[in-house]
Amino acid sequence: MSAFDCVIVGGGIVGAALADVLSAEGVSVALVEARSIGTGTTACGMGHLVAMDDNAAELALTAWSVALWRELAPGLPRTVEYDACGTLWLAADDEEMAAVSAKVANYRAAGVRAEVLDSAALYEAEPALAPGLVGALRVPEDAVLYPPLAARTFALRAQARGARLMTGCPVRELRPGGVVLANGEVLAARHIVLAAGVASPLLCPGLPISPRKGHLLITRRGAPVVHHQLVELGYLKSAHGTDGASVAFNAQPRVTGQLLLGSSRQPGDGTREVDAALLERMLKRAALFLPGLDGLQALRVWTGLRPATPDGLPLLGPHPEKPWLWLACGHEGLGITTATGSARLVADQLLGRASVIDSRPYSPARFLSASGPEVAHA
Amino acid sequence: MREVCDLVVVGAGPGGLAAACRAAEAGLDVLVLDAQPEPGGQVWRGEARKGSNRLARRWLTRFSASGARFRPGARVIAAPEPGVLLVEEASSSFAVRYGRAVLATGARERFLPFPGWTLPGVLGVSGLQVLVKDGLPIEGKRVVLAGTGPLLLVAAATIHAHGGEVLYIAEQASAASHWGFALQLWRQPAKLLQGALMSAKLVSVPTSTDAWVTAAEGERRLEAVRLSVRGREEHLHCDYLGAAYGLVPNLEVARLLGCETSAGAVVVDDRLETRVPKVHAVGELLGIGGVDQALVTGALAGLVAAEQPVPLELERSWHRVRTFAAQLARHDAPRAELLRLAAPDTLLCRCEDVPMSALEGCQNLREARLYARLGMGACQGRTCGTAAQALFGWSGEDVRPPCLPARIGSLRLPSDVSSTHTRES
Repeated sequence: MSAFDCVIVGGGIVGAALADVLSAEGVSVALVEARSIGTGTTACGMGHLVAMDDNAAELALTAWSVALWRELAPGLPRTVEYDACGTLWLAADDEEMAAVSAKVANYRAAGVRAEVLDSAALYEAEPALAPGLVGALRVPEDAVLYPPLAARTFALRAQARGARLMTGCPVRELRPGGVVLANGEVLAARHIVLAAGVASPLLCPGLPISPRKGHLLITRRGAPVVHHQLVELGYLKSAHGTDGASVAFNAQPRVTGQLLLGSSRQPGDGTREVDAALLERMLKRAALFLPGLDGLQALRVWTGLRPATPDGLPLLGPHPEKPWLWLACGHEGLGITTATGSARLVADQLLGRASVIDSRPYSPARFLSASGPEVAHA
Repeated sequence: MREVCDLVVVGAGPGGLAAACRAAEAGLDVLVLDAQPEPGGQVWRGEARKGSNRLARRWLTRFSASGARFRPGARVIAAPEPGVLLVEEASSSFAVRYGRAVLATGARERFLPFPGWTLPGVLGVSGLQVLVKDGLPIEGKRVVLAGTGPLLLVAAATIHAHGGEVLYIAEQASAASHWGFALQLWRQPAKLLQGALMSAKLVSVPTSTDAWVTAAEGERRLEAVRLSVRGREEHLHCDYLGAAYGLVPNLEVARLLGCETSAGAVVVDDRLETRVPKVHAVGELLGIGGVDQALVTGALAGLVAAEQPVPLELERSWHRVRTFAAQLARHDAPRAELLRLAAPDTLLCRCEDVPMSALEGCQNLREARLYARLGMGACQGRTCGTAAQALFGWSGEDVRPPCLPARIGSLRLPSDVSSTHTRES
């Protein structure tokens, strides 16, 4: 039986980032992953590091996390493809353009650079866009990266500091004082952190996490050039509708010269198959913003399962009924962005010290209070 | 645009042609799709114009008269729902709604990496043969062929006939395995005759078993090859090298449709039906077996699809060709030395320029893909995935649409095919 200060269950980007932070603090860590590091939902996402301002808690966590990524960037291998391309939120009509000013104020209040582009400035920045857009919100310090290798970099750094990396190692049970592996071995640990994304409820029944499926398509190299991550402002409407499947235009330039296209959302769908009808809707939507898209060569289409919580915020902190268990899961579509901040928040709580941002909005107690479920947000 | 048919046949090689003929002659509405401009597949490539191969001519004539419809230049890219295929052509795409399907997608060459294998002038064995048939000027050029099995001799005969100078034929199989295989050909008189005819033309070409290429050399293109011949090293200056180690089935469309595969072949029952109802697999998909297997299994699947009785003679033929296929598999299995030729800087994936050294620490194909970009390029791992399977025992991942790079517009379902259509029972 091996003993660790902390066993992290789940080697996605969140678990790997936490292993990196804790091992740097001298905590003895084991990172246990059922398959390979960074190859689950982590490998399915776009890798868009994006400050989002749907609510104050989301903005605080995403803005801080994007800033942490920026600090980490110079130390990341080139293959992680960190690219501070910024985000352009595209306004299709005057109503959306009106929302831009309010967003700029929000972002600036949170210390995030943001600027308004009028139509002329937008087309100067992105000539490939379809005519008719009225402007955009530019968030220049947003970035993109290649998530699987970012996760792997974190895990290997932790390993270099003495953390134990266990891949191909499914976990059967979490219990006070240790983790039982599928092969029967027990890893003794003072603290256990569950960072298993969509699989988290399998190991901790009752967690309010459900899969929200998404589709992505990547083109061959040599796609038309876009310079920013491009997202329609309408994305905000579609991303937060909780009923039914939705699509929104979301396009990302890769440093490989490929174009990565999204997005779709299917709440409650845990299947892996490509949904041809939804893909059709997604591509039709994308073609409205990028004319000529239909002629580009698609290389691959895939799906991924976002671990969604009812209020769109992750679960970061102690399980209210199981003091030995910590949660770092439920990041929905923002796990890559907020991996850095989430890791710090959980590490700070574990080590009993204050964080840069208030950790309370992400507390699992908002759903798992011993006095029964409650809704923490109005 | 939309096509509707009783039977869709994917691939117009011998297997697909035999299936289409039998089914169409029995009255089914048959649609045959093939990526090439003419029917015949790789093995009968160009025969639709030349007609020099009697067997090919007979089948191609029968096919034209069968009533089956043929769509050339048509590549299956997706299967959006049961009973529907999305197909891309040069400048358009269409959907096919089918009652049954026969998959006859044939095989491709197995490439194994060795230093210099990506130099211009280095091709596959059949790949070089195809280029020569299609007009690559080979007259007076010096050619070395390395690989395994009957394809080596077939390619050598073609190159010889077009004026190329075949310097050497290196057969990787051991002498015992090779001659054992040759003796087995007595049970296959037609094959023995083919072999003898080819050998007679090539009698002056040095040939060795237990021989393989260890490296291809050259500055900007191939200039010379190094061979291991029964433990000795040979060095030959040449213009072209054809090097590939047997064939592997093209399983992508079958796997896209959800057909179960085992040991590199599609699993079928005695009606050649896959685990997916109403989808049949024939020819090389059942394990490499050549033209005879393709014709026999194609005919069988065509009859089954048309709900016709299967003659006892055809059943017997099937058992015979399966025996041959099993022998071929044993003969063609790449020897261990071939799996150790690549150097750290040898590319395994040439689409994404992934050298062997980049795979250090990777435990499986998913890690190799995600950490090192192996197989993430335009060929979607068709070449390197097969090599990685041989080298490391890594098996393939799920096949997702598009199973070939395709225009984004082709992935968009035509408006007259929606998932709300009533599916045929």
